[in-house]
Amino acid sequence: MNDSLYLAFWSLLRRDLLITYRNRAQAINPLLFFVLVVILFPFGVGPDVVLLKTMAPGIIWVAALLAALLSLDSIFRSDFDDGFLEQLVLSPHALSVLVLAKVIAHWLVSGFPLVLVAPLLAVFLGMPADAIAVLVLTLLLGTPVLSLIGAIGVALTVGLRQGGIILALLVFPLYIPVLIFASNAVQMAMAGFAVSAQLSMLAALLLLALALAPLPAAAALRMSLS
Amino acid sequence: MSDIVSLETRNLECIRDDRVLFSQLNFSVKPHQALILEGDNGCGKTSLLRILCGIRLPDQGQVMWNGLSIQESISEYYQDMVYVGHLDGVKGDLSVAENLRMCTALGSRSGMSIEDALNKVSLSGYEDVRAQVLSAGQRRRVALASLLLKRCSLWILDEPFTALDRTSRGVFENIMSRHLNQGGMIILTSHHSINLTDSSVYVINLSA
Repeated sequence: MNDSLYLAFWSLLRRDLLITYRNRAQAINPLLFFVLVVILFPFGVGPDVVLLKTMAPGIIWVAALLAALLSLDSIFRSDFDDGFLEQLVLSPHALSVLVLAKVIAHWLVSGFPLVLVAPLLAVFLGMPADAIAVLVLTLLLGTPVLSLIGAIGVALTVGLRQGGIILALLVFPLYIPVLIFASNAVQMAMAGFAVSAQLSMLAALLLLALALAPLPAAAALRMSLS
Repeated sequence: MSDIVSLETRNLECIRDDRVLFSQLNFSVKPHQALILEGDNGCGKTSLLRILCGIRLPDQGQVMWNGLSIQESISEYYQDMVYVGHLDGVKGDLSVAENLRMCTALGSRSGMSIEDALNKVSLSGYEDVRAQVLSAGQRRRVALASLLLKRCSLWILDEPFTALDRTSRGVFENIMSRHLNQGGMIILTSHHSINLTDSSVYVINLSA
């Protein structure tokens, strides 16, 4: 039974990555959005190096948050439309574990690329090197939380015809703690302070979301289908 | 609590938009039996199937699997039950074989190879074809091939003959007859007349 749960988990993860790979032109949208927002800022506020440097953590994190929100719907949307979600719910395996596989696949294609691109954008905004390391660390800890929390929201709204606004309203309040701790960590790192408290907090949020988010997401999916 | 394999409903009721679709619905399906649900459009056939699957909750009553409510034995029930609905869950971006492999990874496997299953629904040679280029009837046959790959005694099928041509309909009737002969159970809705040999077939008309 456990072996078959592993098999289901890996097959689902592999399947979702394969589908995204075959739709890569669409999958790249959130990343493109993230890069464009950050690049447009200097044009908007002017070439003031000091101002841009102070604003950089906030700009990058807000852009990452919006890019994550933009990509959320794809976790369950196409599977809901073609009926695969029904097959998922009717699987004898624990639905929360299968949901976790889908969320991990979603993070790998929408969250992880942001982590990889962020250092370049940070250099572009004039961030010092040691702060960039902290920025990458906060993104690495924070963006999975966005995907996990987002999965609950999408599971709740996937059955609605126009769930986009409700999704944003549901999910944003829960994103704010991540935003506060993450951008504060980067700001403090730039000012030369220790940031272990903020990073620990983000790690705690990640562990909490990993353990707790798949359960309500699975329950919400069952509800959306009925 | 009984040891016999059976699906049984007790006083099922379904209400949709303040209309009672059906109430006090009692029936049972045992091995070697097929149940065909008939009725006009919108009389609650699909709703009933979704209740039997546990996707939707009945407004009243219970669905029992082997004498236990399906809510209590959900994991055992899903080991033994497979549902093919209006939407077949076939993903266009994946090849036929990839779709079927995912299906089998989610449930209990019968041990039949994907090639054999595709052969049985006359789709051999289509393993590596992307599902998006298949016709509606061919996609339907891929979904039906997934029934053969799972080791489930209860098949719940919503309009399995939609989009199938006359030959594939005959092929699938044979597959269903064989499943029933091997001790399987089938519950299905259909607008077509169904010819299942050597099996006890019951019909419930929901609009009556």
